[in-house]
Amino acid sequence: MMAASDDRRPQAEGLNRPPVCAPEELLATTLARLILDPTAHPARHIAVGAASPIPAAACWLVAKQGHPVRLSLLHKRSGNPFTEGTRELFDLTGQGRIDLFFLGGGQIDGQANLNLVGTGGWPGTEVRFPGSFGSAFMYFMTHRTILFREEHSPRVLVDRVANISAPGVSAPGVFRRGHAQALVTGKCVFRFDPAAARFTLESLHPGETVEGVRAATGFDFDVGDVQPTPPPSEAELALLRGPICDEMLETYPEFCARVFGRRSAA
Amino acid sequence: MTTISLEAMAASVPDGALLALPPDNSLPSVALARALIRRGVKNLRLLGVPVSGFATDILIGAGCVVEVQTSAVSLGEAGFAPRFTAALKAGRITVRDATCPAIHTMLQAAEKGVPFMPLRGLIGSDILAHRPDWIVQQNPFGPPGDVIVLLPALSPDVAVFHAAMADSFGNVWLGRRRECATLAHAAQRALVTVERVVEGNFLEDERLASGTINATYISAIAIAERGAQPVALLDEYGFDAAYVSEYARMAKTDAGFAEWMAREVFAQAAAA
Repeated sequence: MMAASDDRRPQAEGLNRPPVCAPEELLATTLARLILDPTAHPARHIAVGAASPIPAAACWLVAKQGHPVRLSLLHKRSGNPFTEGTRELFDLTGQGRIDLFFLGGGQIDGQANLNLVGTGGWPGTEVRFPGSFGSAFMYFMTHRTILFREEHSPRVLVDRVANISAPGVSAPGVFRRGHAQALVTGKCVFRFDPAAARFTLESLHPGETVEGVRAATGFDFDVGDVQPTPPPSEAELALLRGPICDEMLETYPEFCARVFGRRSAA
Repeated sequence: MTTISLEAMAASVPDGALLALPPDNSLPSVALARALIRRGVKNLRLLGVPVSGFATDILIGAGCVVEVQTSAVSLGEAGFAPRFTAALKAGRITVRDATCPAIHTMLQAAEKGVPFMPLRGLIGSDILAHRPDWIVQQNPFGPPGDVIVLLPALSPDVAVFHAAMADSFGNVWLGRRRECATLAHAAQRALVTVERVVEGNFLEDERLASGTINATYISAIAIAERGAQPVALLDEYGFDAAYVSEYARMAKTDAGFAEWMAREVFAQAAAA
């Protein structure tokens, strides 16, 4: 956990320090800032997969801040824009019309290879994960991908994935529109450089250290000008806890209850 | 339009068939999966379109399946699919991993009646390395070195899904879940369960026509009320998360799954 429970006390008035927030709120805000990164390909159309409440909250935060972004929420009956079946997302992405997608993995390695299949031999003879879903296509064909995995441990962040569902970089000549922009975990933010096929530690969440991240990470990485991960502003927290929680309550009731302390009216 | 019974529909699926099923968010016929278990079908080869869920897990658990081709098997919020995982571990099933758009593309090739279609991505993935039936070739229209994956057409023996309704002419309506239409177009036979049969012709109603699958593609229809449950049917009923969570818990062990199956697959039919 990034915020100890005693950090959730109401703040003394007039103290100039960041507002108290839940770890999920920090992560959603961090993802939202990466979405809005002015140096990256503009995110006009973002697709969000199933079981992704924190990336979904980040996308809503971008939208509710007034940025012109189209969100395609694949897990919701309302908010799913596709009328040609589940292939339509992939057709759109094949054309280059999906700017940003989120991916995770049971294992992620230092070259941003993703393993969603399992450990041991193919197809996951040791621990079987659900499977690769659309990753072996989306990772190539989306303009950029933000990797997100809350668990930051040597079993997830490995030197070399046991099996590659989707490769982090491709050989010259292989058609590829985009790569990982960054990897956000429960401890930090790494930037990815596709030319070097390496991550660089960019920011640390509250309470984390470079040494601690090093110890929890199975792959080698570069250390840049490491900053603290900026906390959410009062305005961002107000959006998350108000209108964004309203949007997410139907799809993610447990998440909204746990993070925002709000239950849907039965 | 005449419907057949669910049990007759299950009896029409031969052992060893390549049977395609949509996942939990796109109208699987869980009712027919239960009937197939009761019929004792063997050696099914399942195709997840493009992934697999609850119906696949119960068919595997009941010993009806020898092979699964899919892009993932999951019970969604209830977690990993326990019978799939156990069968893979025990070597009782062969798993052929794919990625979602590859399965759509192979079905679209069959739909068009062409032998293959190309797909971007995939190169460098171990999925491709384990698919000798997928070929990497030079793009004949591209610059030298532009390689692309060719996927063979895939025509399932049987497509199985659940629709909201059928009409007097044997057309079925399922709204925007058009992956079921692609599947019906590509398959040799489509077996469809529906909540109800209504008078009239959906194709004469502009508001319904685009969400309809023409009877040309439908081999048989059986009425199965609540036939998708525990998964959702469009805006008619929702996903029963408590039911699937209980299943996920019980199906962790062989004995728990057997108890679940006796209660939820066999006892139900006896009571009906």
